[in-house]
Amino acid sequence: MIEIKDISKWYGTFQVLTQCSTRVSKGEVVVVCGPSGSGKSTLIKCVNGLEPFQKGEIRVDGISVGDPKTNLPKLRARIGMVFQNFELFPHMTVSQNLTLAQVKVLGRSQEAALAKGMALLDRVGLKAQADKHPGNLSGGQQQRVAIARALCMDPIAMLFDEPTSALDPEMINEVLDVMVQLAQEGMTMMCVTHEMGFARRVAHRVIFMDHGSIVEDATKDDFFGKPRSERAQQFLSKILHH
Amino acid sequence: MHYHWNWRIYWQQSPDGSGTYLHTLFVGLGWTLALALLAWAIALLLGIVVGVIRTTPLRWLERIGNAYVELFRNIPLLVQMFLWYFVMPELVPTALGDWIKQMPPPWGAFVPAVLCLGTFTSARVAEQVRAGINSLSRGQGMAGTALGLTLPQTYRYVLLPMALRIIVPPLGSEFLNIIKNSAVALTINVVELTASARAMQEYSFQVFEAFTAATVIYLLVNLVVVLLMRLIERKIAVPGLIGPSGGPAPAGH
Repeated sequence: MIEIKDISKWYGTFQVLTQCSTRVSKGEVVVVCGPSGSGKSTLIKCVNGLEPFQKGEIRVDGISVGDPKTNLPKLRARIGMVFQNFELFPHMTVSQNLTLAQVKVLGRSQEAALAKGMALLDRVGLKAQADKHPGNLSGGQQQRVAIARALCMDPIAMLFDEPTSALDPEMINEVLDVMVQLAQEGMTMMCVTHEMGFARRVAHRVIFMDHGSIVEDATKDDFFGKPRSERAQQFLSKILHH
Repeated sequence: MHYHWNWRIYWQQSPDGSGTYLHTLFVGLGWTLALALLAWAIALLLGIVVGVIRTTPLRWLERIGNAYVELFRNIPLLVQMFLWYFVMPELVPTALGDWIKQMPPPWGAFVPAVLCLGTFTSARVAEQVRAGINSLSRGQGMAGTALGLTLPQTYRYVLLPMALRIIVPPLGSEFLNIIKNSAVALTINVVELTASARAMQEYSFQVFEAFTAATVIYLLVNLVVVLLMRLIERKIAVPGLIGPSGGPAPAGH
């Protein structure tokens, strides 16, 4: 579904990604972890072309992201993305947030879009909040709305960029629960996260990045059982022992 | 000081035969408002366009926008007024130039004055629009883009509605400025409020009464604008966000 081949990216002369290659098959859940500044957020933003890259190739459902001839808005509409800081549109109500792209990008009718939005809002447990503005919701609620907003587009895959990092501890689980449910339903997911509990429960594979490179790309059991690289061992010992 | 106060002067007939002096002042006010409102329409439209192109990822568009702002922001308004009135008709194709010069009064001066005030203020509006867009988090644009919105759609539905809300207070100040700056148009013979007050002074020699009236009228008009801006700010406030009557504090934290 997502094929990443030898991706390299520079900011000026500073190399942020070095020859990263991996793939996410249909229905697979891949967790990307690593210390901050390791390039994991940058890599996931390359997948839907939010960040340009200078070398290599990324294909999503067979379509090349870096090809100038690719209709990027059309491709992006098929890939859901959830951000660290939610990024709901503050001037719109929750239901307007859910329907905007359905109507403007997919050309659905307002009624169809609203029905779809309300169904997904119900699924993340927030049907009662439909007419509120994002500023009146808690962080956890905002992130659940953001997940529902992405799902409204019937995505073929979902990208999560540290979806729980900006949340208070007591709100992390309400978001993770939604993500676990999504994974169990067979959604193709690529998640940048430090939530190793989530990785243990639903990930098929874990990718460990450091200094812009993919250091480890292993099945979940191999990764948690015996990571091959010393760097990954250190990282795991630091984030698991507290 | 030997000054003969005469507050009833406003109800006396003006020698230009059009009516009372008060009537003259109100006709002047009419031209001031027409000038300010038309110029404001131009300023908002051009200012938003130029402000937006200065924030797009396209470098050459950004440069054009920057050049526009620096040009209109860094030349005195009075000089710009003269340029539009005296120089512009000579620079455009001859037929158009002749047509402009033959426009009957007051249009021959009013049209250049509107264009001048509009472009001058648009540079300032553009600067504010740019600042407003740049004050939004980069993730907002990304979120719109990630949903499949095109760049123009992202601006139209995501970035501009918030950016314009943020800059309503400074835009209000710009609107007050445009009303006050419209007085400069008297230098190219637009008989707006200040010019009317001066005409009244010249005919009647009642300089204090004439300019007291102009002062009070400007003050009242601008106070109305201030009140209107407050109403607008309240009307467009986003619930849950900080600001005048932005609603209750966010739930949670």
